[in-house]
Amino acid sequence: MKIMMMKNVLSANQEIADKNRAEFKRKKITVLNIMASPGSGKTSVIINLIKLLGDKFPIYVIEGDIASSIDSEKIEELGIPVIQINTGGGCHLDANVIRTAVSNLGVKESAIVFIENVGNLICPSEFDLGEDFKIVIASVPEGDDKPYKYISMFEKADIVILNKIDLMPYINFKKVNFVKGIRALNKKAQIFEISCTTGEGLPELSEWISMNIE
Amino acid sequence: MHEFAVTEEIIRMADDEAKKIGAKRITGINLVIGDLSTFIDESVQMYFDILSKGTLAEGAKLSFERVCARFKCNTCENIFNKPVKGFDCPSCGQIGSPTGVGKEFYIESIEVE
Repeated sequence: MKIMMMKNVLSANQEIADKNRAEFKRKKITVLNIMASPGSGKTSVIINLIKLLGDKFPIYVIEGDIASSIDSEKIEELGIPVIQINTGGGCHLDANVIRTAVSNLGVKESAIVFIENVGNLICPSEFDLGEDFKIVIASVPEGDDKPYKYISMFEKADIVILNKIDLMPYINFKKVNFVKGIRALNKKAQIFEISCTTGEGLPELSEWISMNIE
Repeated sequence: MHEFAVTEEIIRMADDEAKKIGAKRITGINLVIGDLSTFIDESVQMYFDILSKGTLAEGAKLSFERVCARFKCNTCENIFNKPVKGFDCPSCGQIGSPTGVGKEFYIESIEVE
C-alpha cells in the first residue's frame, strides 16, 4: 500500500529553528551564524568583532568544531562566555544544539550571540538555526569561483564577507566574477571586504551589525 | 556526510507514518531530491542500510527522484537547466538566477505492508 507523505525531510529542524527565532526575538537576542571553509578566518572575524562591539553589547560565542577547543580558548582569553560544541565528526550544527547551547550559556537580553559553525560551505547551509543573520565568509586565497560551486550557501547569506583582501596583490582573484556569482544568487546580501590582518573594512562591518541588531 | 543526520530523520518520519496506520513493514521510501539540495543518493543509501536495522524500514527499497536545477535568465527570461559550469543562459549568454526548482528534499510517499 502506498501512503502519500509530501513531507520535507528538514521539517523537524525547521520547527525548532522557528521556535528559536521567536524566543531570540522575544529576548531581543541577535544571533549571527558564521559559516565558511576551514581557514577562511571565522574565529579572527569573531575576535575582531568582539573587540569592536564588546563594550556596547553583552556578547556570547558558540563554537562548533569536529574536535578540539582551540577556538574556544581564544575566545575565553577575551573574557567572553563561550561554549564549545564538538560534533565528533558531524559536519554542521543544528537548531536543537543551538537551543541547548543558548540556554546553557544563560544569554542575557539584548545580547549578541556569535555562532561559529563547523568549517565547510555545504552542510551548514541546509540547517536553519533560528539566527537573525547568516554570514558567509570567503577569503581571497580560496578563489573567486566559490559562489558558483556552493550555491545554497551564497543564496541564503544575509552578509557575505570577503576576508584577507590584503592578499589581493599576490593572488589572481577576479572580484568582478565573485560579485557577479553572488548577485546571480542573491540580490540582497550585504557584501563587506575586510582584512583581519590590517583591520581594513572591520569598522564598516561592525557598524552595520550595530545598526541592524534587535 | 550530512546525509547521516538526514537519513536518521527520513527513517524516523517514515517509521512514524507507518506506525500511525499500524503497518508491519515499510517496503519502500520514495524520495524527491533537487540537484541544488546538496544531498547525494548513494550517501543516503549507505547510511540507510546501517541506520534502518531493527526499524520498520529495514530492507525497504529507497527510490530517488532527482529534480534538475532550473535557472531563469536575468536578461531574456529564458528558463534553462543549470549548466555544469556557471549560471549562464544557453540562449543569450547572460547570467541567470535560481528559480526554486532543484531545491526539493522531501519524502513523496512510502510503501507499506
